[in-house]
Amino acid sequence: MKQKLKCNRIWGMMLLVGCIMLSMGTLAWSDDDEWFEHGNKHESEYGEGKHESAWQRTTGVAVVSNKLYKTECSACHFAYQPGFLPARSWVKMMSSLDDHFGENAELDATSRTAIEQYLRGHAADRQPNRFSRSMMRSIGKRETPLRISQTPYFQRKHHEVPARMVKNNPKVRSFANCASCHQGAAKGQFDEDAVRIPGFGNWED
Amino acid sequence: MKKYFWLIPVLLFGGQAQAGESVVQALTGQYQQHGAGLADAAHGKEIWQQQHMQKKLKKRVSCASCHGADLRRSGEHLRTGKRIEPMAPSVNQERLSDPKKIEKWFLRNCKWTWGRECTTQEKADILAFLQSL
Repeated sequence: MKQKLKCNRIWGMMLLVGCIMLSMGTLAWSDDDEWFEHGNKHESEYGEGKHESAWQRTTGVAVVSNKLYKTECSACHFAYQPGFLPARSWVKMMSSLDDHFGENAELDATSRTAIEQYLRGHAADRQPNRFSRSMMRSIGKRETPLRISQTPYFQRKHHEVPARMVKNNPKVRSFANCASCHQGAAKGQFDEDAVRIPGFGNWED
Repeated sequence: MKKYFWLIPVLLFGGQAQAGESVVQALTGQYQQHGAGLADAAHGKEIWQQQHMQKKLKKRVSCASCHGADLRRSGEHLRTGKRIEPMAPSVNQERLSDPKKIEKWFLRNCKWTWGRECTTQEKADILAFLQSL
């Protein structure tokens, strides 16, 4: 009798382990494969850049990998990662640089084309990471947002932040200044834990 | 050997200052080939401070609106608050050292501030004014 009980227990354990392994396998499989293929296809089309490590892919948005984009655009503002907007948004933005949110940001033709290519190739709809996928899911198929801060995903993530901490905070002024509060912004890290609002300290839920 | 070490910083910084000057000289030469006369620093100073209507902002602005009244100190962008490094080459040696950058910002800022591109004469005058700071 005792022997039979022990035997059952072993079988039970094996069944449990089997179930867990099977479910983990499914999870891993459904997570990124399809997107990876998609990303790779465009990667070869546009060249530039390597795939990020699995860690970066899941915890943040892919970092900026183009020097020209970084120097030209961050001369005036934070170099927003291309994975925050779909390719169609970047194309529209790069075709209206003479009125860039009220500023003139015209570039010579060569730089303009090179930067547009980079942005298109690394846009949210060409990236396998979860950040970009969430962003894409929140944007309507017919919408072409130009401001990252006006996408539903961004607004959902920031709706708890009061105006006094950003808009009316002279040290921040606008949601456009990502790096004012997100300490790891340049590295593509936008976790809540690493948020420090100037004049207010760490962000607490 | 050691007594010549002072030459290193002199050559480094002296060379840079001269690089800026020769960039301005070369650009002024190009402007003169395209219709500009002699560069006039006093006129450059005058137009730097001239107020123009900025249609999108609905405000009168000049170069000084963002670059600040004292060009030896940093300025602040009128709208975004972004810090703008000093324009005076005597304080900021990076200024006026890259012709591509100069042309890029002339194009953008003339259009934004004055609502049109600057003429070759205006650019020559402004460069002469900034170089004198």
